[in-house]
Amino acid sequence: MKEARLGIDIGSTTAKVVLERDGNILYECYERHFSQVRIKTLEILYRLQDKIGSSPLKVAISGSAGLGLARAAELPFVQEVFATGETVRRMQPDTNVVIELGGEDAKVIFFDGGTDERMNGTCAGGTGAFIDQMATLLDLTVEEMDALSLEATRIYPIASRCGVFAKTDIQPLLNQGAAKADIAASIFRAVVNQTIAGLAQGRKIEGKVMFLGGPLSFNEGLRRQFLKVLKLSEENAVFPSYARVSVALGAAFYAAGLTQSYTFDELIERVERSASVKTDTSRLPPLFLDEKEYASFCERHGASTVESADAAVYEGNAYLGIDCGSTTTKLVLMSEDKKLLYTYYDSNKGNPVGIVKEQLDAVYRLCGDRICIAASAVTGYGEELIRHAFRLDHGLVETMAHFTAARYFNPNVDFILDIGGQDIKCFKIKNGAIDSIMLNEACSSGCGSFIETFAKSLGYDAASFAKLALYASSPVDLGSRCTVFMNSSVKQAQKDGATVGDISAGLCASVVKNAIYKVIRAGSADELGDNIVVQGGTFLNDAVLRSFERELGKPVIRPAIAGLMGAYGAALFAKANAPAVTATLTPDELASFTHSSKAAVCRGCTNNCNITVNTFSDGEKFISGNKCEKGAGKCPSENPLPDLHAYKRGLFAAMTPKEGTRGFTVGLPLALGMYELGPLWYTLFDALGFGVRFSGFSSRKIYAKGQYSIPSDTACYPAKIMHGHIEQLIEDGVDAIFYPSLTRNVDEGVSDNHYNCPVVAYYSELLKHNMDSLSGLRFFYPYLNINDEKQLTAELLDFLNREFGGFTKKEVAQAVRAAYTAYEAHMASIRVEGERAVKRARDEGKRLMVLCGRPYHIDPEIGHCIDQLATTLGFVVVSEDSVAHLASSPIKVSVLNQWTYHARLYNAARFVTETKGAELVQLVSFGCGIDAITTDEVRTILEEQGKLYTQIKIDEITNLGAVTIRLRSLIGALEQQKKEGAEWQRKE
Amino acid sequence: MATQRVIFTKEMKRDYTILLPNMLPMHFRLLAKMLQARGYRAELLETSDHEIIECGLKYVHNDTCYPALLIIGQFINALQSGKYDVNKTALLLTQTGGGCRASNYIALLRKALQKAGLSQVPVISLNISGLEKNPGFKLTLSLGKEMLYAVYFGDLLMSLVNQCRPYEITKGSTQALADKWVARLCDELGGGKKVKYDFIKQRYADILRDFELNLPRTAEKKVRVGIVGEIFVKFSPLGNNDLESFLVGEGAETVMAGLLDFLMYSVNTAVVDTRLYGMKKGKGRLMRWAYDYLHKKQLDFIALYKEHSHFIPPSDFESTRAAIKGYISEGVQMGEGWLLTAEMLELIESGVKNVVCTQPFGCLPNHIVGKGMMKIIREHHPGVNLVAIDYDAGASRINQENRLKLMLANANLQLQEEKKEEDTLLTV
Repeated sequence: MKEARLGIDIGSTTAKVVLERDGNILYECYERHFSQVRIKTLEILYRLQDKIGSSPLKVAISGSAGLGLARAAELPFVQEVFATGETVRRMQPDTNVVIELGGEDAKVIFFDGGTDERMNGTCAGGTGAFIDQMATLLDLTVEEMDALSLEATRIYPIASRCGVFAKTDIQPLLNQGAAKADIAASIFRAVVNQTIAGLAQGRKIEGKVMFLGGPLSFNEGLRRQFLKVLKLSEENAVFPSYARVSVALGAAFYAAGLTQSYTFDELIERVERSASVKTDTSRLPPLFLDEKEYASFCERHGASTVESADAAVYEGNAYLGIDCGSTTTKLVLMSEDKKLLYTYYDSNKGNPVGIVKEQLDAVYRLCGDRICIAASAVTGYGEELIRHAFRLDHGLVETMAHFTAARYFNPNVDFILDIGGQDIKCFKIKNGAIDSIMLNEACSSGCGSFIETFAKSLGYDAASFAKLALYASSPVDLGSRCTVFMNSSVKQAQKDGATVGDISAGLCASVVKNAIYKVIRAGSADELGDNIVVQGGTFLNDAVLRSFERELGKPVIRPAIAGLMGAYGAALFAKANAPAVTATLTPDELASFTHSSKAAVCRGCTNNCNITVNTFSDGEKFISGNKCEKGAGKCPSENPLPDLHAYKRGLFAAMTPKEGTRGFTVGLPLALGMYELGPLWYTLFDALGFGVRFSGFSSRKIYAKGQYSIPSDTACYPAKIMHGHIEQLIEDGVDAIFYPSLTRNVDEGVSDNHYNCPVVAYYSELLKHNMDSLSGLRFFYPYLNINDEKQLTAELLDFLNREFGGFTKKEVAQAVRAAYTAYEAHMASIRVEGERAVKRARDEGKRLMVLCGRPYHIDPEIGHCIDQLATTLGFVVVSEDSVAHLASSPIKVSVLNQWTYHARLYNAARFVTETKGAELVQLVSFGCGIDAITTDEVRTILEEQGKLYTQIKIDEITNLGAVTIRLRSLIGALEQQKKEGAEWQRKE
Repeated sequence: MATQRVIFTKEMKRDYTILLPNMLPMHFRLLAKMLQARGYRAELLETSDHEIIECGLKYVHNDTCYPALLIIGQFINALQSGKYDVNKTALLLTQTGGGCRASNYIALLRKALQKAGLSQVPVISLNISGLEKNPGFKLTLSLGKEMLYAVYFGDLLMSLVNQCRPYEITKGSTQALADKWVARLCDELGGGKKVKYDFIKQRYADILRDFELNLPRTAEKKVRVGIVGEIFVKFSPLGNNDLESFLVGEGAETVMAGLLDFLMYSVNTAVVDTRLYGMKKGKGRLMRWAYDYLHKKQLDFIALYKEHSHFIPPSDFESTRAAIKGYISEGVQMGEGWLLTAEMLELIESGVKNVVCTQPFGCLPNHIVGKGMMKIIREHHPGVNLVAIDYDAGASRINQENRLKLMLANANLQLQEEKKEEDTLLTV
């Protein structure tokens, strides 16, 4: 009899083992290891003892967590993608492509023309663990989610870059009442998009495709989405029976080629021995040395509390406060003397309306005839929905709610940090008003719920997971990056044998570090102030609180109702602003309350927003998801507020396709630098007799067209969308595409240098070699100098004669002159319109917002029409290039001022500091390396002059909920500043 | 608060310690010694502990590229360690001056110093673009020459260590030999001594022969892995989690182009500007001269390699430039620019089919010159084994190693097949 072979594959969450002999699988298993890698392996091995017997066998270990085990046990290791290749070569050699999804890895392997293997990079979290996380978010098991997804009727766009982004998209859908079946299918679609966009990197997935790994073998819905998107026929899609254990099987095949054999006892002995190998993950000191230390910590924090009153005996008015957060719903009923009568805090289970109804019922039962609800207010993500549903008196932005509550605890509070399930909010208080607000950018959000989801994935509930952290002897140092990275770091810690407690404590420390260094960006504890109040559900975890105090090196106040502060703040606000008669639904109205929601697409304009229409029992409708007022069913106003972004879009829309006289049309992709120099190139080609056309504004659809050829997934969205514009132009039937390479941009004479960023400058080089569809077309990207008319003429003459022939110097010179004239006129009109907008804001006493970024941020898909949102909130909106010239003089900055676009930013910031009633909001594209420098500089310019700085990070995310909160907080802070500022002056 | 530049004065030269970041271990050790010989109290930072990253995260915008985070983290960590008198210490940093954000490291460093309450510490910019000047630290012609020596010999020693270390019979013997030469070279070349070029060539040959003859090595065949990338993470063990040692430990030989190539690339930038855009004609001519000067040296060195050893010499920069034809334009000159693509192609054409492309997470130029060129390179060279590795404070080592292991598994498979082919050829 031949030797048996054992393949062991230990991934991030599961252990897979295959015992194979002569191509027959004698045993296979697929089990979660809950990070107990060595113990699980031993357990499975012992199970195999009888099957193995005394004869020696060959063995190989694979998998991300298997690497450490193999090293420690001195057993052969085979890299997992390589192992998959072994399986395919042996079992199904005519396979062209393998798609394998694991717990945290995604792989695509191409077999034609030499094996070409792609694994997900550091930023691609969306796989098995991602699906688990999303199921938790929907309050479903993975099986339930899969079954539901099969009933879907529509797909929502969900950002596919990573789990954190997707969550940001899903949460509002849930809150708006979108059907879970549709969301479930959309999640699977996002995984498919992620795999294709992130991994295929321009190589087409075609031919016979084999699907491997746990998630793909378990989830019918995921398989369907893959088939749909890849347009695969039945016979070309292979779902083998060994899909779950393919890597372990490959490891067994690999083992066959090795020389060394082991007996069962030897194997056990080696794996046992691996336990004694020292770890090399860096560790932190324990949170508490002993129970005594913990007890005194608890006593200190126990002092910050709100008194309760007995609702069973209380008589009189009461105030209702609701905080409808992203993952949890909080409710507070407060007495006249601000005591707590009733509280509620729980997950909203993806159905906040249902939960609030249930709770209101409970509150009314409690009230009986003794207690009268005199006023109500709601805050949080679901604010508008809940306010409409239950006709609450007030809705207030959550930052204001939290501030109101924190102030009750400590009137001198100067810093508030709130870590909720999804988001981190913090604000500084100066002169009794909110001075600056910092919200987490999309990439580090989800911190609180991350701990919870992680606890679940390791088989613990949140509370006991937190408890394990308290006395963990050596917490793992997981760094301070976004949660997707933490997944990988945890994987490494698991490999190094960290206990669950060590991991739990490490996660807490990371959440804290994220808040301090990534969101607040504090250099030292002193920057935060002396009276710090922390709140939000995440701080109910003592390990998080301890980590925070330790990181700051000073004590903070955590109110006992840390998780209820938003709701309590809303109740306080309701009391302070109580109407004569509350409109809140009465018990009778509540009894007949019903709610249904329907998804729809708004056709009010070309944005085609995905909206959700909520209908309540009284027939009232509430629409959410719309970007402008039109979607909400309102008529646009007669004399709309000036919006320079819209104005600039209008200028581009007016540059309609030209036929030309040459029978040759040049396409201009309307992305990146084309938003700056478009008028110049458009006029140039027109003047030379070419047909010329833009690709039009971006949309999700355009992005999807080119998604498959993006080689670097971490590039910014404005760059990635370029691929779609090229495809669009090809569809439009142009004869050539033109996007020149410009190392230097227009020199406006106000900066040290005038470069373009590398992406804007050279993206054509990448397009040329990654877009197969360009091969049948002429693609021009000459290197040009646009700051020297003579030189440009010479360069263009050379270029045109090289490509076409027959151009004279004179006609090119004339065309270039016309092109410059058109560009200058374009810019001048923007400046004139900017001045007009500034004047109107001043004349009518409107707030002025400089919504600044790069020229391409005016694109409706890239900028998500935040300009429109701002005008609905009452701002006059101008762009950086329309006001930069109004700064008193070019500003001198402390960084090297070397990019044209950013020089405008800095000067626009100076203009804001010099203009009463002007505010600045900076749009930053995710992945923009240069903005790491500009944002700090712009903030400094503003804050030195006492202005607020607001930054909005944008990516593929299509939901504007978070943006609205930020802009409303800005308004709230401005109003508060005005009010308190006046009081302050009176007092002085 | 706006940051104020502190000038490094002549008085400071006397008693200030000047700290150097650890970008290229061999080169910067030579450089530090050269500066010491001129009376500067230069000290190379060789720290590598985890606190550097923490310190970087604390004082630098976290979305800034990883090299900035590490370099600044290392400086501030050193200043806060108590080892140096913060009122008698200056920092030295190179500055490139192109359209890459790396040109802003100095500004970021000053901001970080201010944030850490150390704004009195002067920062000296080491650049050839004339960006900032300090009376106490002048890049004179003779210092420039000495720095060139550091580049020449740093490159030589790095290349020899790469070619010998995987095969050394006595563990550590290669590094010991390199260290011996570093010490000797500093004595002989530093301190403003007049050194004839013939002497440089003499020493170059001596070193080649010393490694060739006096370092016992095995003759086994190993997988050769090329490393290209953003200059800091390519060279610095701090930046790339000690990539070279990892690869050598896995039984591979590492191959990488030297700093002279990057220098020639930088010098060439102005030449290209003149050619493509008609800009800075005067500077273009000067740089053309400088380019020719360096190129001539490179040709001399290649000849010395061939004459005195069997080691593989560096490639002629003219052929490096030619390699990109059909791939990318020389106009791409931010960051490592076209040079990075060229290095990948050169490696592959010289038979090194396994290439690691290293970059800081989200490195802008590398989207184009690295990852952006891989598809076409793979199409033109079937069977090449390219892997892109991102480095940053949050990237876990295990993911990086896992990807490298995949590359090595494929490389070993290829090597075995090659060996088989050779065996059959021999038996025929």
